[in-house]
Amino acid sequence: MTAEIVIPGTARGPVLRSTQPLSFWGGVDPATGAITDPESEHCGTRLAGRILMLAATRGSSSSSSVLLELIVAGAAPAAIILGQIDAILGIGILVARELGYPSLPLLRLASDAQARFTTGAVVTVTEDGTIACM
Amino acid sequence: MQITAAERVTLEGGHGQAAQRAMRIVIESARLMGATSLVPIASAHIDGCLYHGKGGVLFAEQLAAERGHVAIPTTLNVGALDLLHHGIVRLPPEARAMAERMRRAYEALGCAPSWTCAPYQAGHRPSLGQHVAWGESNAIVFANSVLGARTARYGDFLDICCALTARAPFAGLHRDEARHATLAIDASHLSTELRNEEAFYPVLGAWLGRETAGDVAAIIGLPEDIDEDRLKALGAAAASTGAVGLFHVVGRTPEAPDLVTAGGGRAPARRITLTGDMLRSAHARLSTRDVAADVAIDAVAIGSPHLSIAEIQRLVDCLAGRRTRVPFYACTGRHVSEVLEGDGRQAALDVSGVTLVTDTCVVVTPILPDGAGLVMTNSGKFAHYMKPNTGRDVVFGTLADCVESAIAGRLIRDTRLWS
Repeated sequence: MTAEIVIPGTARGPVLRSTQPLSFWGGVDPATGAITDPESEHCGTRLAGRILMLAATRGSSSSSSVLLELIVAGAAPAAIILGQIDAILGIGILVARELGYPSLPLLRLASDAQARFTTGAVVTVTEDGTIACM
Repeated sequence: MQITAAERVTLEGGHGQAAQRAMRIVIESARLMGATSLVPIASAHIDGCLYHGKGGVLFAEQLAAERGHVAIPTTLNVGALDLLHHGIVRLPPEARAMAERMRRAYEALGCAPSWTCAPYQAGHRPSLGQHVAWGESNAIVFANSVLGARTARYGDFLDICCALTARAPFAGLHRDEARHATLAIDASHLSTELRNEEAFYPVLGAWLGRETAGDVAAIIGLPEDIDEDRLKALGAAAASTGAVGLFHVVGRTPEAPDLVTAGGGRAPARRITLTGDMLRSAHARLSTRDVAADVAIDAVAIGSPHLSIAEIQRLVDCLAGRRTRVPFYACTGRHVSEVLEGDGRQAALDVSGVTLVTDTCVVVTPILPDGAGLVMTNSGKFAHYMKPNTGRDVVFGTLADCVESAIAGRLIRDTRLWS
């Protein structure tokens, strides 16, 4: 499966897939990376090291801050794969890069294609946007 | 990406290192947003000045150390500190010190210390058709919808980069075609009583965000004299529940004199007729717990977005000199608190035991007392963010409900409108 590359990079980790829209601000704890949105089916789960797949994102323009803090704290997902491009999250990655922190891949993959991946399955993401099951 | 000669000068460092770094981020972000050029902007409003952690502080300090300075008038959204009242924000000392560093960095960059999420009520009012770069979801939706200025939804940090370069990605709501209504929402079948109720507007906003995200809605059937505070509450709730960046109210907002104009020359093909049931369900969702009347409440919090002078006046009127039994937080900006100091309304709030919170608010920094398990509000935005950001349950009511409940110390709600 090949996704559209928004910010390139490589990653490997277990999938965390959500069909519910998620806002990073107000929905993820910036210190721990735990999902705090009570409406999320993954409330309480930590994002660190996961291949996060979201059908859609929602809400605040502060989501870029939250993603930057997750990267700085080492609590960020290994990759983020979105149904629609969310530049707000991308900016968090761009700023982390300007500050010398590691980048992470941001990809776009339609939500029906995301549905082929199940939460917990370990996948790799390569520089060309290929997402493959291990 | 088409870059003008002037933009290239900035990108190559001709205006200093901070502007160069900012231009790099603006151009990269433009690519993420699908833009092929940048647009000159007249002003900026910065949301990235709220302390979330070390990263945001380091970025602002890096720009300040590189002697960056905003190139256009720029206001600041809320921070994590109440700079006017000590002892209200209960942030641990390390976090307080970091928030203070962030404040100093943004002020050093030349931003006006407005510290409000309602800059549009603090004198920062771009005109119809003017391109700006505003951060913070309620400020964005207000600037676009009520003022008719043009701002996309930016992430934190892109806002200060736009301010340093006087450029924004030419994408999203900067473009004519993105501003046309794609969906008509017909409110004309709802009762007049409901449409005249202040609390209807945040409820409608919460519904709009949840049900129409991705569309530009043109709402018909609302009173043509709806005041700005109601539009502010509608937009803030819609932006919270569904990332809405623009809505039109036909007959009221500047790009919607009629439905055809709002739709960019033709009426939207799709239409949803609002029913009482839709609003009742949206109203119920603004409370996180199904609470019985008379249950004890622990605190009341209002003012998201920050209260205007008119909203403070309505609060003073509702209180009528009576004393509240539970902590009551009224969040506003210094543009309002400075006025209240001089005219007796601060004294009236003091008599009633209302805590005025300035420069910040109760869902972005620790203010609510320990053990406050159930907080009441009339703000759709507070209702949305209370549980995830503070862990407290929330119950939604009108301003009058909030005041009566605070005085009684238990939940009093007039639910007739929603039953």
